[in-house]
Amino acid sequence: MSSPTEPVSGPGSPNPTPGRSTEPVTAVPVRYPERWVAAAVILVLAAMFVHMLFTNDAFNWPFMLEHMFSDPVVRGVWVTISATVLSMLIGIVLGIVLAVMRLSGNPVLMAVSWLYTWFFRGVPRLVLAVLFGNIAILYTTIAIGLPFDNYWMPWLGLEGDARFFEIDTRTLLSGYVAGLLALSLSEGAYMAEIIRAGLQSVDKGQTEAAQALGMGRGRIMRRITLPQAMRVVIPPTGNETIAMLKDTALLAYVPVTIELFYQLQAIGSRTYQIFPMLVAACLWYLTITSVLMVGQYFIERRFNPGQYGGIRGRIVGGAH
Amino acid sequence: MGEQVIETAEGAELPADALVVADNVHKSFGRLEVLKGIDLQVRRGEVMCIIGPSGSGKSTFLRCVNHLEKLSAGRLWVNGELMGYRQKRGRLYELRDNEIAAQRSDIGMVFQRFNLFPHLSVVGNIIEAPVQVKKVPRAEATAKALELLERVGLPDKADAYPDQLSGGQQQRVAIARALAMEPALMLFDEPTSALDPELVGEVLDVMRDLARGGMTMVVVTHEMGFAREVGDSLVFMDDGLVVESGVPSEVLSSPRHERTRAFLSKVL
Repeated sequence: MSSPTEPVSGPGSPNPTPGRSTEPVTAVPVRYPERWVAAAVILVLAAMFVHMLFTNDAFNWPFMLEHMFSDPVVRGVWVTISATVLSMLIGIVLGIVLAVMRLSGNPVLMAVSWLYTWFFRGVPRLVLAVLFGNIAILYTTIAIGLPFDNYWMPWLGLEGDARFFEIDTRTLLSGYVAGLLALSLSEGAYMAEIIRAGLQSVDKGQTEAAQALGMGRGRIMRRITLPQAMRVVIPPTGNETIAMLKDTALLAYVPVTIELFYQLQAIGSRTYQIFPMLVAACLWYLTITSVLMVGQYFIERRFNPGQYGGIRGRIVGGAH
Repeated sequence: MGEQVIETAEGAELPADALVVADNVHKSFGRLEVLKGIDLQVRRGEVMCIIGPSGSGKSTFLRCVNHLEKLSAGRLWVNGELMGYRQKRGRLYELRDNEIAAQRSDIGMVFQRFNLFPHLSVVGNIIEAPVQVKKVPRAEATAKALELLERVGLPDKADAYPDQLSGGQQQRVAIARALAMEPALMLFDEPTSALDPELVGEVLDVMRDLARGGMTMVVVTHEMGFAREVGDSLVFMDDGLVVESGVPSEVLSSPRHERTRAFLSKVL
């Protein structure tokens, strides 16, 4: 094609029509004065906000900076990160199992999966967190053994119980474990829906081709369908991970005392410096979610490209 | 009838040289009856082409052969084995998923839309089933895959991914993938219908070579030239029934039935 500086006359038209312009277009662009007005208004508002940040004593920046990096808070950050990673891992595994159950065609498994998703999507995470924190009210001990032993053992004339292993609920479900359970079980329900959508997005021809090659159902799922579902599953899973990081703040209500938000609030209420510690919480969560977002960008670029561009990228990358 | 017969596990007597025997095959989808009683036999080494208007049930019949579709009525044997069922004391029992898979591993299938696995390389596509199903060692399967790629004329595409190939190349890889399982029978479901016209020839060439090598093939196609030149028999289907079958050149040049004549006058 011709560059803008060249006159526009192709080989097909040796004699340009008289009056046809060969000049590059230099028109006066449309003006948008309202954009300048909007920018001015926003600039003033921003200036007011920044001014407030520096002049309002409630922020107490020195206090915040001093406590934001104190040992219990930094430990809380690690608890938050570990709870995010663990509950996402458990949630993804649960989600795969539930999604496969839901699409299995087995009516019992389909119903169980549906019921599970219905319950854990229907109850708020905050309520779940508090509920799991108080599960010891329901079961003081958790035992592994044969069910209904208190009924059938006397009936058969046997004494004692059929429990092989017993543990105090408060020991097993310490605050952290209870909270982790609440978050992962809830996440499993959301991941199940995401993975189900991913599995259903894979063309039916893929399964048929694999069947025609003599592959069994389990192998087709593992080797053919799941890997292709990943493209669709990964972007929303990234969002779920970021949402989960924020939801770990709910652990403060289990309560999990070593958790980040609990620690920041504790410092705040102990010192009557509530606001600076809330700002510190915002800054910590913002920092970690920003890191996660960068990670998400790179993972998506690798796995979810429009038309398998990512896979091609992988081959090129692999060649070096 | 001095023909040799073999007796199957179900007590049916089949001609000894028949690889595929379809006996009164019916298939309905809900209330729509797609196959209304197909009787066909494919001998070992035979290349059978099936033609007919769309909706006539050709593809459905092909999918019944490897049990991608369950029959509604009738019986279908491949290599003396009843497909999809076991018959005991007059009752039919459905086979388990892994038993059906074992039956299918002897039957290669090539699809209209290729259906290559987009997340695997060309070699990955070809060795997937041998390694996973037949437990062939990876190195051995790879060597075999490269041989097959040579045979379909794509020796330099081993590490490419399906989306980097043209339609014709993808279909040739799909043929190589099916051949990697060393099938006794190859099914082709309109293998060239999704291809640009100038790419049809390269796929037909590969199929012609395969036929020359003695492979038993059932080909649903619209390529009348291929059917005439390569096919041992030609079957014309319409409205769920076999209307006419015979030697391709005869069926094509002097069809006996009005419906065959009407169809051929539109496509030839």
